[in-house]
Amino acid sequence: MRDSRLPYGLLALGLALLLWGSYWGLFLAPRETYMGDVQRIMYVHVPTAWNAMLALTFAFACALISLFRDDPVWDARLEGALEVGVVLSALLCMQGAIWAKPTWGVWWDWDPRLTTTAVMVFAFGGILALREFVDDPVKRATWSAVAAIIAYVDVPIVYFSVKWWNSLHQTQSSPETVSRAFQWPLRINAFGMLFLMSGLIALRARLAFLRREEEVA
Amino acid sequence: MSHLAAALRKDLLLQWRARAQVVAVFAFGAAALLLFSFAVGPETTVLREQAAGFLWLGLLLSSTLTLAESFHAETEHRALEGLLLLPASARALYYAKALANALALFALGAGLVPVMVILYDAATPRIPALLGIILLGSAGLSAPGTLYAAMTSQARARQTLLPLLLFPLVVPVLLAAVKATSLVIHGDPMGQLRAWTLLLVCFNVIHWSLCGLLFDRVVED
Amino acid sequence: MVTGRNGSGKSTLLRVLATAARADRGTAQVAGHDIRDARAEVRRRVALLGHDSGLYDGLTARQNLEVAASFLGPAAAARVGALMGEFGLADRAGDPVSAFSAGMRKRLALARTLLKDAEVVLLDEPYGELDPPGFRLLDKALDALKARGATVLLATHLLEHGRQGCDEALVLEEGRLAWSGPARDLREPGAAP
Repeated sequence: MRDSRLPYGLLALGLALLLWGSYWGLFLAPRETYMGDVQRIMYVHVPTAWNAMLALTFAFACALISLFRDDPVWDARLEGALEVGVVLSALLCMQGAIWAKPTWGVWWDWDPRLTTTAVMVFAFGGILALREFVDDPVKRATWSAVAAIIAYVDVPIVYFSVKWWNSLHQTQSSPETVSRAFQWPLRINAFGMLFLMSGLIALRARLAFLRREEEVA
Repeated sequence: MSHLAAALRKDLLLQWRARAQVVAVFAFGAAALLLFSFAVGPETTVLREQAAGFLWLGLLLSSTLTLAESFHAETEHRALEGLLLLPASARALYYAKALANALALFALGAGLVPVMVILYDAATPRIPALLGIILLGSAGLSAPGTLYAAMTSQARARQTLLPLLLFPLVVPVLLAAVKATSLVIHGDPMGQLRAWTLLLVCFNVIHWSLCGLLFDRVVED
Repeated sequence: MVTGRNGSGKSTLLRVLATAARADRGTAQVAGHDIRDARAEVRRRVALLGHDSGLYDGLTARQNLEVAASFLGPAAAARVGALMGEFGLADRAGDPVSAFSAGMRKRLALARTLLKDAEVVLLDEPYGELDPPGFRLLDKALDALKARGATVLLATHLLEHGRQGCDEALVLEEGRLAWSGPARDLREPGAAP
């Protein structure tokens, strides 16, 4: 892994975009007719949702490559992607709760997507815990790759089962994008978060790789 | 003898010789069901309504004991490694162990049904349907459970790791099995049983194939 | 024979050759097959007795052998009775292994290792835990292996046993080969070669 400055550049760019997009969304964008100011959380919530899923999908890809290639670089990337993905998913759940309380009066309303996200936090967080308790780096890489693949394949199954389980109650209950006036701050934040996330994954992967080198030496 | 048959014979033998443990795990499950009723309160209507949930929670908690134990004998003296070096097919060893575990969980679940009937007043004439759901649910717990039991039996903090890894994964099994069991006990006016059973079958098909494919990487160095 | 101080890598070497453990670098040919590319082929021809017995405590002695034999084929199954007799286990065949002493376990583990008609037999400290009658049984078995042309690699601290029965000797030090040559020329560790 080269010691490039690209991740820091990505972090800076991401932060800048997030600040711009959030300012726009919080202060400049028009107020939504039905939900009011509460709806503004969408400018953070939707980008978080996209990027959480992206991070975990990248983790899945890293897991597959790691299993086939046996290259420690991909295991390091897996660790980075898992950690960032879990943090984003946890943030997503918190944002969902913050939105739900003023809207529905309860902190948690079993929305299928958020509930699936909560399960994912535990599933992928569990894999991070697994990594802590395996001393042999080769085994650690193989096992977390296997676990990540199984967990990722399980995600759609969890989603459908929760959806059916909750179907008697209500349908979509998380903030939705409504009209074009809202698109720009959303897109800016989405890209901002994407760059931020990529920078963080790259840096975290580098850290994981260095730690492993130290272990093996 | 094919490797699968040989491995199955081995696992059934091991289970038979450890049958005293089954009683202990059953006692644990029954105790859990009792504790649930203490936690919820003695109102019969509430207990009967939630009976399916309690049954499956009890079975889920007990499954961690059964699954973890199933690999204790294999790793104690590296017996599993010894078999792999014969060479024995890792896939056959997995399927045999997972089948044996599924059977053990099915026996446990079936054994807990009378406890459920007594404690929660939740009887049903549809015994074959109930047993079918317990079988599907047990198989669904066993497929990923056996793979993770193999993994965690070689890691530190194995007691906490197995449930931590397994529980989020088997959420679909829990949801589907509880719903299906509830419908069997309380009636199914809208004909939803088929959908939930289908979900259980799908989960089983996906995980029995996926975990069988990946087991080799888990136990080999 | 392979010898060396504790931690010199004897067990690891045997395990890698048996494909029980994976080497980080390099490769080897055992019984004519590569340990990386043809693992199954190597395993068919190699038998390993490591530090762990590979036994099921919950099963009887006979059952342990039968389980292993069921994966090896009818020829191995036919040998179960003979092997138990050879290692003096016949009268305890129906007892669970959990009740066995360390010496009896070792004998059973040896019997299990020899179930397979292997070309290469790797034994890690096979004399450990055995009593003098056990030593004799093992020596007899090793002579029989030599007679039928199998290659035996013995890792041991007991230089005398090794020097008597073995042709070649290897001395390992910190994972590296420190000396190799005819077994009878082997001296005590620390003495000049």
